Amino acid sequence: MLKGKAFKFGDDISTDHIIPGKYAYLRSNLPELAKHVMEDADPLFASRVKPGDFIVGGNNFGLGSSREHAPLVIKMAGVKAILAKSVARIFFRNAINLGLPILICNTDDIANGDQLEIELEAGIIRNKTNGKVLTFGKIPDVMLKILDEGGLLPYIEKHGDIKL
Amino acid sequence: MGKTISELILSAKSGSDVRAGDIVVAQVDLAFVQDTTGPLTVRQFRAAKFKKPAETLKAALFLDHAAPSQSREMSNDHILLREFAAQTGAFLSEVGDGVCHQIVAESFAKPGDLIVGTDSHTVTAGGLGAFACGMGSSDVAIALGLGRTWFRVPETFLIELKGKFSKGVNAKDLILYLIGKIGADGATYKALEFGGSGVANVTMPQRLTVSNMAVEAGAKVGIFPADEVTMRFLTEQGRADHYMPVQADDDAVYEKTITIKLGELEPMVAKPHTVDNVVPVKEVAGTKVQQVSIGTCTNGRLEDLKIAAKILKGQYRNLKTRLIIAPASRDILMAATEAGYIETFLEAGGVILPPGCGSCLGLHQGVLGDGESCFSTANRNFKGRMGSPEAFVYLGSPATAAATAIKGEITDPREFL
Ligand code: SF4
Repeated sequence: MLKGKAFKFGDDISTDHIIPGKYAYLRSNLPELAKHVMEDADPLFASRVKPGDFIVGGNNFGLGSSREHAPLVIKMAGVKAILAKSVARIFFRNAINLGLPILICNTDDIANGDQLEIELEAGIIRNKTNGKVLTFGKIPDVMLKILDEGGLLPYIEKHGDIKL
Repeated sequence: MGKTISELILSAKSGSDVRAGDIVVAQVDLAFVQDTTGPLTVRQFRAAKFKKPAETLKAALFLDHAAPSQSREMSNDHILLREFAAQTGAFLSEVGDGVCHQIVAESFAKPGDLIVGTDSHTVTAGGLGAFACGMGSSDVAIALGLGRTWFRVPETFLIELKGKFSKGVNAKDLILYLIGKIGADGATYKALEFGGSGVANVTMPQRLTVSNMAVEAGAKVGIFPADEVTMRFLTEQGRADHYMPVQADDDAVYEKTITIKLGELEPMVAKPHTVDNVVPVKEVAGTKVQQVSIGTCTNGRLEDLKIAAKILKGQYRNLKTRLIIAPASRDILMAATEAGYIETFLEAGGVILPPGCGSCLGLHQGVLGDGESCFSTANRNFKGRMGSPEAFVYLGSPATAAATAIKGEITDPREFL
């Protein structure tokens, strides 16, 4: 079971909010890059997030660039899952490829700072702060297989190919 | 039951009979990276213990986002990519050659191709009738190594075009109008397929502009049929042998159809900070801007520069507004020089940047300061996109950009026509 605090954001959190293009020069220096995670959405996020916490967005989370560095810096911050009403296509694939779960649910029932407990297998999110129980949509099979191996690279290492 | 263009291409490339919703493993024709996402691709490629890209595909690396490099770190990333190209025989596009998507369109993409790139605007090649989509570094690393990857066959929205653009209105206004109508997530996971009798009136540079921004509606691809316009373009590029007609079946099944009469469109603008925040230019006319940027993979082609030059000819930029022009490729810069457009821009008080991404991603060459506004022909206006998160980016056509540079405030280009 995953347990942590919710960091709540609004709709349309773009990859530029998550890791602005102006830091492209830091992309081969991941520890430095990671210091700027979510900077243009919440400049204090990097200093406040704790390993185990969750990012909670609204609609169309992760829209924009194909930069895999966006889910990568989120993962490096110790975030264990991203919850959103909907997620942009490339970001979704990138996060799963890095072994970072994305859970599609009605995030209106989660406020900033709420304590969440998530049972990934059971598909349940318990909001310990307001007592609500949420369910999330099924992750597509092929992505689940990749996620189960911990990401695309470990998947390929194990299977040597893409096996549907 | 007939197939959409996406279903046809993914069927051909997977050697099976597929429909929207199916998951397939398909052969990739071209896999490419650029300089801000390429280094991670190379590291993932090596971590997956691949030695060389699969021989069945073309592999290409582009140094375009930081070109020339603005920092030691980016220069080191360029070194990494150059070394990878030298070791593996992958094609390398050097600093100053141009933006990846433009060079892919000029030199590589073919109708019916399956293309992946570590850049979300890989969709641009859909203008040529290719199924081209952006992916992350790990996905492209695996595609490079295996020569194939997995795809979910998308459902398709048919965008049926009718008629012709009226004066002062162009492809950018069309795609902004469409994104404004369906929303920045209106086509998430879907294919946008452009069709209808009006398609024949849309030139290849215009198609590339439209396909380029399909991703701003969340789409996986933005695809045009390959027709006579495509054949003419490929012939001009010396690639007539790369032509193959691509058309959806007459009885293809679409999730929905949106009809747009090109002649009824007017100049449009996307206001800060989302691309679907679209209004007609007249609603924001008079908004002061400190910078006008013309170029990028969206609107840095010769036809775009011609439109801007025609408006700027004999004019001077507003003294409080900087004018920055970045041609999308070396070939375009050379042709624009020969046609006199570059001289016009210089005489109008403009700055010419080397072919490449220029100021588009806020890395260098036109970064905005706090409180500044920019009118750009690019494809994104997210908060922080061009530097300061306190800056404002408005998106529109090259014609609107040129008129705006002259007046120093957002201006309907039809005033100058
Ligand atoms: S011009 Fe802009 S949008 Fe196009 S590839 Fe470069 S940074 Fe991306």
